[in-house]
Amino acid sequence: MSYLVPSVESAQPPVVIRGLHKSFGDNEVLRGIDLTVRSGEVVCIIGPSGSGKSTLLRCVNTLESPTRGSIQLLGAEVTDPDVEINQVRTHVGMVFQSFNLFPNMTAIGNCTIAQRQVLKRSKAEAIEIAKKNLTMVGLSDRMDYYPAQLSGGQQQRVAIARALSMDPKVMLFDEPTAALDPELVGDVLAVMRDLAKAGMTMLVVTHEMLFARDVSDRTIFMDGGVIVEEGPSATLVTAPSHKRTQIFLKRVLNPTAIDDSELGETEAD
Amino acid sequence: MAAFIHLRPTTRRRLGRWATYVLAVVVVVVVALPVNWPEIGRLFFNPEIAAKMWPTVVTVALKNTLIYTFAGFVGGTIFGTVLALMKIGRGPFGAFATAYIEFFRGIPMLLTIFAIAFMIPIAFPGASQLSGVVGGVIGLIMVTAAYTAEIIRSGIQAVPPGQAEAARSLGMSSLQTMFWVVLPQGFRIVIPPLTNEFVMLLKDTSLIFIAGLMVTEKELTTFARDDVSKYFNATPLMVAAAAYLVVTLPLTWMAGKLEKKLDPKR
Repeated sequence: MSYLVPSVESAQPPVVIRGLHKSFGDNEVLRGIDLTVRSGEVVCIIGPSGSGKSTLLRCVNTLESPTRGSIQLLGAEVTDPDVEINQVRTHVGMVFQSFNLFPNMTAIGNCTIAQRQVLKRSKAEAIEIAKKNLTMVGLSDRMDYYPAQLSGGQQQRVAIARALSMDPKVMLFDEPTAALDPELVGDVLAVMRDLAKAGMTMLVVTHEMLFARDVSDRTIFMDGGVIVEEGPSATLVTAPSHKRTQIFLKRVLNPTAIDDSELGETEAD
Repeated sequence: MAAFIHLRPTTRRRLGRWATYVLAVVVVVVVALPVNWPEIGRLFFNPEIAAKMWPTVVTVALKNTLIYTFAGFVGGTIFGTVLALMKIGRGPFGAFATAYIEFFRGIPMLLTIFAIAFMIPIAFPGASQLSGVVGGVIGLIMVTAAYTAEIIRSGIQAVPPGQAEAARSLGMSSLQTMFWVVLPQGFRIVIPPLTNEFVMLLKDTSLIFIAGLMVTEKELTTFARDDVSKYFNATPLMVAAAAYLVVTLPLTWMAGKLEKKLDPKR
């Protein structure tokens, strides 16, 4: 029996994905992904919807179980059924597109429940940590509010504080701003930017190209279940080398100017 | 006829409304006129008989009804939750839970109570001194569990899957996730059908008479029926009906309050 405590201090990169495949029935969503995220690195994953980027992220902490391949998360092989997956997940924060806050708990309650139940922290300690993190995301005056009493942007920041309260070594973001009103996106991105500056290892699925360009170290473009192109964010977002990446970015950054000839080429590719 | 059609719409609607009221009053009067009210009053609403039932109707009958109901509801809900969790999980336990639920929902409660109450002392000789009412309450619990299991299962499955994903991503085990995140939300969703189940159970405790009750174990309906034969008068049935309502009406009102209080969209 391997009872694995994630080896946080190991020299190994926190996320190492090799030959990852994932199928839902006959539908092969991921078709061989290789990806390494180094400690302190911020990696953005971009790509059209249905390209498998959310599935990839959900495979990392096995919310979806991979069909084939290997995922080393904080030194633990999460595809191994003998790995204590709950213990690994404790050190990996996840933020969802739909927030998924617990609606029957206040912001503080959301941030303390797992600390109390999983990390077995004392009530006082859990509340102190929750308050620290809620203050950090700019919600010191909303701690006793229920999710339904908060705006989308505030809810997502509570969700980030909830994940941070577990002292994660890696943070996974699954389109964290996709469900937000445009004017609320900035608050959430600002929190993520601070987090990146503080040295957090982050894997971010996003449609915010400017965030990818300015905040992340590396950007990955996915399409059809494979990584089409990856590189330093500034280069990839502003001067992509692949045709498909170029078309995708052109359409995302300038949605009103769609060129039919380019569309035809993508489908033929 | 032509004049009626040319009435203003508001006038026409008002006339139509008043015509309905008049019709309703006429129907009530026509039904009520031939009724023999003095005899009804003497046989069904007799204050002297009602006074004779006091206070045992409350201190024994209503008290026992409430005890049987609470025992059945608490036991049935706990057992029902276990059955619901078994049914959601895969494997042999799920099949067992399904079979159990289908079996006990499919036969009359009266038969179950009868069978359990008389089987227990024979099956377990050590329990032969046990009062029949204990077996009766066990029967209540077993049947109630079959119904609440389906209610609770529907509640659990109505909680968005993202809730469990969030809990699991924080490192909570599947058991912790169920207990701390899914069940509390699932129970809130099923407060209305659970209240309904409680009210049904309150009335179904009348079936416990089949287990054989001693004088001190009688619940409302049995108590009232015995008084009917004792006084040759049906007033006790009306008193029992009033006693049931005294419990159910405030209860449903309180359940409504609770549902509002726990509403996450407050």
